Amino acid sequence: MELSKKLEKIRKEKKDLTKQTRILVCSGTGCTSSKSMGVLDALTEEVQRQKLKNVTVSKTGCFGFCAKGPIVVVDPDEIFYEMVKKDDSKDIVEALKTGNVCERLLAKDGETLVKKWHELNFYKKQQRLALRNCGKINPEDIEEYIAIGGYTALEKALKMTPDEIIDELQKSGLRGRGGAGFPTYKKWMFTKQVDSLQKYVCCNADEGDPGAFMDRSILEGDPNSVIEAMIIAAYCIGASKGYIYVRAEYPIAVERLKIAIKQAKELGLLGNNIFGTNFSFDLEIRLGAGAFVCGEETALMNSIEGMRGEPRPRPPFPAVKGLFKSPTLLNNVETYANIPEIINKGGDWYASIGTDSSKGTKVFALGGKIKNVGLVEVPMGTTLRDIVYDIGGGISTGKEFKAAQTGGPSGGCIPKEHLDTKIDYESLSKIGSMMGSGGLIVMDEDTCMVNLAKFFLEFTVSESCGKCVPCRIGTKRMLEILTRITEGKGKLEDIEKLEHLASTIKSASLCGLGQTAPNPVLSTLKYFRDEYIAHIVDKKCPAGECKSLSKIHIDPDKCKSCSICQRNCPVGAIKGEIKKGPFEIDESKCIKCGVCMTKCPFKAISKG
Amino acid sequence: MSENNCVTLTIDDKEVTVKKGSTILDAARKLDIDIPTLCFLKDINEVGACRMCLVEVEGARGYLAACVAPAEDGMIVRTNTPKLLDTKKTVLELILSSHEKKCLTCIRNQNCELQKLAEKFGLEDIEFEGEYPEKCFDDSSSCIVRNTAKCILCKRCVNVCKKVQKVAAISTMNRGFKSKVGVALDMGIKDSTCVGCGQCVINCPVGALSEKSNIKELEEMLSSHKKHIVIQTAPATRATIGEEFGEKIGTLMTGKMVSGLKALGFDKVFDTDIGADVTIMEEATELIDRLSNGGKLPMITSCSSGWITFAEKFYPEILDHLSTTKSPMEILGTIIKTYYAKQMKIKPEDIYSVALMPCSAKKAEIERENLLLENGLKPVDNVVTVREMSRLLKKHNIDLSKLEESNFDSPLGIATGAGHIFGRTGGVMEAALRSAAVMLKEPALSKVEFKPSKENQNIKEAKVMIAGKEINIAVVQTLKAASEIMDEISSGDSKYSFIEVMTCPGGCVNGGGQPIIPESVKAKTDYIKLRSSALNKADEKENLRVSIDNPDVQKLYKDFFGKPNSEKAEKLLHTHYTKQDCYCTKK
Repeated sequence: MELSKKLEKIRKEKKDLTKQTRILVCSGTGCTSSKSMGVLDALTEEVQRQKLKNVTVSKTGCFGFCAKGPIVVVDPDEIFYEMVKKDDSKDIVEALKTGNVCERLLAKDGETLVKKWHELNFYKKQQRLALRNCGKINPEDIEEYIAIGGYTALEKALKMTPDEIIDELQKSGLRGRGGAGFPTYKKWMFTKQVDSLQKYVCCNADEGDPGAFMDRSILEGDPNSVIEAMIIAAYCIGASKGYIYVRAEYPIAVERLKIAIKQAKELGLLGNNIFGTNFSFDLEIRLGAGAFVCGEETALMNSIEGMRGEPRPRPPFPAVKGLFKSPTLLNNVETYANIPEIINKGGDWYASIGTDSSKGTKVFALGGKIKNVGLVEVPMGTTLRDIVYDIGGGISTGKEFKAAQTGGPSGGCIPKEHLDTKIDYESLSKIGSMMGSGGLIVMDEDTCMVNLAKFFLEFTVSESCGKCVPCRIGTKRMLEILTRITEGKGKLEDIEKLEHLASTIKSASLCGLGQTAPNPVLSTLKYFRDEYIAHIVDKKCPAGECKSLSKIHIDPDKCKSCSICQRNCPVGAIKGEIKKGPFEIDESKCIKCGVCMTKCPFKAISKG
Repeated sequence: MSENNCVTLTIDDKEVTVKKGSTILDAARKLDIDIPTLCFLKDINEVGACRMCLVEVEGARGYLAACVAPAEDGMIVRTNTPKLLDTKKTVLELILSSHEKKCLTCIRNQNCELQKLAEKFGLEDIEFEGEYPEKCFDDSSSCIVRNTAKCILCKRCVNVCKKVQKVAAISTMNRGFKSKVGVALDMGIKDSTCVGCGQCVINCPVGALSEKSNIKELEEMLSSHKKHIVIQTAPATRATIGEEFGEKIGTLMTGKMVSGLKALGFDKVFDTDIGADVTIMEEATELIDRLSNGGKLPMITSCSSGWITFAEKFYPEILDHLSTTKSPMEILGTIIKTYYAKQMKIKPEDIYSVALMPCSAKKAEIERENLLLENGLKPVDNVVTVREMSRLLKKHNIDLSKLEESNFDSPLGIATGAGHIFGRTGGVMEAALRSAAVMLKEPALSKVEFKPSKENQNIKEAKVMIAGKEINIAVVQTLKAASEIMDEISSGDSKYSFIEVMTCPGGCVNGGGQPIIPESVKAKTDYIKLRSSALNKADEKENLRVSIDNPDVQKLYKDFFGKPNSEKAEKLLHTHYTKQDCYCTKK
């Protein structure tokens, strides 16, 4: 049967998928690790036991509200249950059977119970485009993707000329979601323009920023949207072969991709003469072995070719000479995920979302000291305040917001005074940070910004590939200086040295990893210079995080010499005898673990 | 406006036109602008890793590495803005901050590309001192020593080993600051695929790689002089040793070298070239025999040590194609401890036999058990490279340039021109053909012209008539090129009947034991050609240019070996080869 007709048949059979009664269990990495697959089994069993007809229980992609996982949604009413356990399955099914809601499992906004997931504050300011199918379909069933409009964009694109596709992308204003924000249409245009018998389309799924999991969630929840976009890209630029480079640390994503590719091949969406055209395309998965640098485009290509994951000098750019020396188009997962929607609804529609320079939405992985840890997708131009407070629910510790880090180890911190910045590519780089791939880490007053810079630098030092000098040795030297400062051994001229090294590393490094590695140091120096000075001059860590600089002290007036602290000290650093005067801490032995502080019944011990 | 296949750009306000596909560095060098480089090695290591060649290009995002950035029409390049120079100075300081700076006691003191850069930038201090990378000192091999404390991770060695020699014994391991050049599974280089050619050593910009030196033993022997100490000098050494004494590249130093060695205390100085003449007698006879009696073809030359190890490790299935004739060094060593000892009435065990070689692989060759004499003695006791010998001569206040010339010692003194050209690629082939021409009375054989093969510039080929048959012959340099031909032989579709293989590009004149020429000089001079033409001149000067015409060789056969490939010659002048494991994991 002709492919179009096959797809039509599937769509007819699965008519109104979202209007059917379905119990959807999140099967993303987060919920899976809180045993959501056990919940899935229990629910399936319960539905069978109660002999409910026309009710399906199925896996689905990430809902984003990871702090409240495992999450179960009951469609068509979109009833949202949080922190569901195996034993809750009976109540959920019972409620469904009787047309009720299991109230004890509902989410709350403040004290108010919320029934439907879109009514939660967490979702109100979100707009899920890249994540459009996550939480709606079973990612392991291509037919569900097809049923809700999947592969219509491909069918449409194959009737367009490559230039028309590029025009549509240009109108949409879509920019690379991997971090740098290069206009997507330009990449496609450049690769298309090069004459070559062999071209490649690649997908960068080597998401490596600490705490970021946007791409993982898309691949786990909606692998077909990425595959569909890659087929469109291949048709557009004239490629016949594609690779998805995905981290081996994402086993669920890899498995779902494998299933999706297999199902697409079986249907004829991948292979020869797709939709009866002359266009053929084959897609393979390549696993990354865990090197952060392999997210850099040329290092990624080296890795696919079986060589050491090291960046190559550019120019020549991949559009001219990429994978196996052939012109290669590489986009990130989230970029691809947007493309079928752009083809279906038009570039103008997409461009109506967002700001002047940055169109569409952006997915962020919210982490750090924030209540609603999870995955959020907001229109470009949303303020950081909206994300942190309205969506994220504010600071988890109840303390003051201090800063947020975007762009991971390549980005910078955004302090309180910039909370109302409308997030887009330009505004973030203007204030010394960057969009990055979407990691957003929130920090409160207890975070030492020098230590934060050190943390990110530790990451880049260990993830530098070691090829070029500034990154290999320069970042190490910066880390040594930062370590000195956090240990109270810094000198004022160290700040100048850091700035000098940072500018050398930024301008002299071979690839993006090195060129951006000093950013966390530069941005914390920009906004929190006084903290550096406090460490160096006053030998104090204002946030109290740097252990070498904090002292634990027993107030002799409050101490009742009860010896509880002494008995709990793991290193025997506390001197004193019961009822014979106040106890004392031996500085040379103390490891600043703080156990004594928590154990003292008289609050006599404090850090300062 | 530029021609179609040319681009015109401006570097430091000077306009220059270069071919399309040239780099900014090519263009700058055409203008004699000295952009510093450290990792760059033309065609072999074009990686842009050291960042010393960064330039500012108008309109470009960030600095570009001149060694890899293509020159483009209308480009405006600056190589010396204050900000750029400051950046590069900091990069240089960073390199030095993780480099073991024991310069005064370094083997590359005053011939170190990093040291020269430090001088160029006028470094007075290193601002960013810190932790050093973990040291790894590997002297497991008989040929080369690796010291990662000096390594600057330019990867020239890695890529020479991989791209030129296809040996890939070393590669980069670990990431970031912990990166190092090493052998798989952190084994010693001895247990790897290494063939000891030393191309890594002569391309290392610093002192991270050097030959394994046994010079102390030689010094002790010379000072105690308990034995009769003789030395033989390989063909290619006379064309290069002058460089170590300030002579121009390509200066022939034969007579002065002999004087220098005598001054150092050697009792006799022999010419390996006579060993080469004997090699030719044996090899040419072997070839004619294989051709006329249906022996294994193609026959492949066996004088290049690295090549033999390579064949034993990578192509054990073709070992019966190798000529069984020993190398000229081993032949002369054997003659010294048999024929010469007998003539001089010295006990072979009382002779200390040294070889001055352009090669590091020869250091392993003398360890081969199947080359030992019947009495268990090694034909050659110590192999010394040109670099080591130059250091020893200088230490003993012997300046070769200032010496009078003297002749090699008899009775093994006369060598033919054919022996001299063993030191360059194609020389063994030419020498063999000259003798074959006489043996077979086919004078045309002595004037064969070789043409580069279409597929690979490192393979040159010709057709010749031998014994009424037209055969294809080839001259091959580098092990990568050799491996291409070996693949053909293994699959049974080689068209050749006789092949000369030289391990090093250019042959022994560019061997792993030769004086080290910095990349900046290599870029300007065809040093291999200059060194080779010195040998060609030596050949042309000789009255005797055919090995078979050598009266000393004729006498040797008459008095001692009988005739080529005789039973005695087979026993003393031939050897066999055995498969070796690429990686030796057994301890």
